[in-house]
Amino acid sequence: MKRILVGIKRVADSSTRVRVKPDGSGVALDGVKMSINPFDEIALEEALRIKERGAADEVVVASVGAADWQQQLRTALAMGADRALLVQSDAPLESLDVARILLQLVKREQPFAVILGKQAIDDDNSQTGPMLAALWERPQATFASKIELREGTAVVTREVDAGLEVLEVELPAVFTTDLRLNEPRYVKLPNILQAKKKPLEVLTLASLGIGPRARVKLVRVEPPPVRSKGIAVKTAAELVEALQKRGVI
Amino acid sequence: MSSKVLIVAEHADGRLNPAIAKCMRCARTLPDAQVSVAVLAADGGAVAAQAAALEGVAEVLRVDHPANAHPIASILAPQVAQLAPPFTHVLGPTTTFGKDLMPRVAALLDVPQISDIMAVVNARCFRRPIYAANAIATVEVAADTKIVATVRTASFEAVAAAATPAAVRAVSTTAQLPTYTRFVSVSAPHADRPDLQSARRIISGGRGLGSADNFALLYRVADKLGAAVGASRAAVDAGYVRNELQVGQTGKIVAPELYIAVGISGAIQHLTGIKDARTIVAINKDGEAPIFEVADIGLVGDLFEILPELERLLAARQARAQ
Ligand SMILES: Cc1cc2nc3c(=O)[nH]c(=O)nc-3n(C[C@H](O)[C@H](O)[C@H](O)COP(=O)(O)OP(=O)(O)OC[C@H]3O[C@@H](n4cnc5c(N)ncnc54)[C@H](O)[C@@H]3O)c2cc1C
Repeated sequence: MKRILVGIKRVADSSTRVRVKPDGSGVALDGVKMSINPFDEIALEEALRIKERGAADEVVVASVGAADWQQQLRTALAMGADRALLVQSDAPLESLDVARILLQLVKREQPFAVILGKQAIDDDNSQTGPMLAALWERPQATFASKIELREGTAVVTREVDAGLEVLEVELPAVFTTDLRLNEPRYVKLPNILQAKKKPLEVLTLASLGIGPRARVKLVRVEPPPVRSKGIAVKTAAELVEALQKRGVI
Repeated sequence: MSSKVLIVAEHADGRLNPAIAKCMRCARTLPDAQVSVAVLAADGGAVAAQAAALEGVAEVLRVDHPANAHPIASILAPQVAQLAPPFTHVLGPTTTFGKDLMPRVAALLDVPQISDIMAVVNARCFRRPIYAANAIATVEVAADTKIVATVRTASFEAVAAAATPAAVRAVSTTAQLPTYTRFVSVSAPHADRPDLQSARRIISGGRGLGSADNFALLYRVADKLGAAVGASRAAVDAGYVRNELQVGQTGKIVAPELYIAVGISGAIQHLTGIKDARTIVAINKDGEAPIFEVADIGLVGDLFEILPELERLLAARQARAQ
């Protein structure tokens, strides 16, 4: 079975403006719309397209998170994934622990490709993909904007600071997605109903033999400093004058 | 307790990336820091010399190996991991190079990573942006855990040149280098424009520009200002400009003295990328656009009238100065 494993994280929707809790313990997520991390949605879309081209037989989505993450896994199933796995953990985990857990799933599922988002838009860590690749001792192609599968390898275009880089990696490999890899499909209503019947397996950390190690403590969360109020100018000439006054031109 | 810091040098075409001088500033804010820089290259002579010339560098470790000709994370990571044991901190820049490499290093060392350090509180405690910098987290790494981290270069000024350059020491590692990743190509650098991440002035265009051709209006103003050109995601997605010009949460984080946003609405993902700019100017025809909430100077109007006028005024000013 040619299988692709896709990581799904539940995050505050990218259109919401989150607020810091007054006690500084974190950000307030009560009542905030939660969604699949946009980069993970792109990862799933890519896996589905590979399967639709006949280059994969099965797309498995996996999350490491709390019970309510099942909602996002159901959305992923509605998008077209075949099966879902939730490794349940109520405490948030560090990326390295998530990578260790994903490694256990990789050993179980034996995918030829693992596709993850390049970053999650909540903690903006950008770590899990390369960490998993290191633990798995396999190649990584991060920030992918194009993935071409060949015989036993993938040729990947990566969005790097210099522009575009092309790498060829042997399979199996870990890929992380950039924004321009694809545009994820919308979920159709009948598919939401169908998705309810697709398998969603819940696993415990203990069953995978993983004990999380909290080695980074969150001391506090604060709102960012606010910029002082600006001035309005009416014409380009006034703009040039204002810039001169500030000494920036 | 003193901090022994290793910075992994980013470089291309024999030039040290300016981000490293900023990582150096971050490293020096650690208590009692002793800083080494590792240069992994096929032939790292020139880059090692540039690293040795940064103020505060104690030593440069030069690791020459033919496999290091291109910055491939799976090849560099085991070598960095092998250099790491004597150090308390291993740092790289929050660039695509650092974001690709450092987590791989952290995993090989079996330690967590701190991404995007914007301030050092103490040797184990750091401030970093989360939620597209809509919140700032203070995080602390447990004692006895080696710290692997990336440094938000927009938050640190480059260090100056050293009075006397540091020693360069050639080292070799016995790390097993995997052959499962092959470099194919990288787009040629566009040397005609100042680099976004070190530019003092940036003018960026958004969807409001309407086409790739219209970006010429922006480039002409950029020329008059000696500015780098940036863009919003919408402008890149629409194919107006190349991807590497994208500024924001998932593009480049910039910290110029002057940032001019033209035809950009000011979505949070874009604003993250420009928060460290000293002066932000917004030019937008919609007076309600969120970009005006962060702008130091706002100009409501049609960019197609304002840009040519701005170019003319700046040209006249230049002529007067000569
Ligand atoms: C996961 C994720 C990551 C993202 N990462 C980034 C990122 O890194 N960087 C980024 O920029 N965005 C990013 N975005 C996208 C972001 O949310 C916005 O969609 C994007 O920034 C909008 O670009 P824009 O301002 O150019 O376009 P729009 O929002 O469409 O704004 C265009 C503006 O142009 C103005 N305008 C139009 N015509 C004229 C005229 N003639 N004269 C003057 N003004 C005019 C309009 O009034 C409007 O305000 C991300 C989104 C997601 C979900």
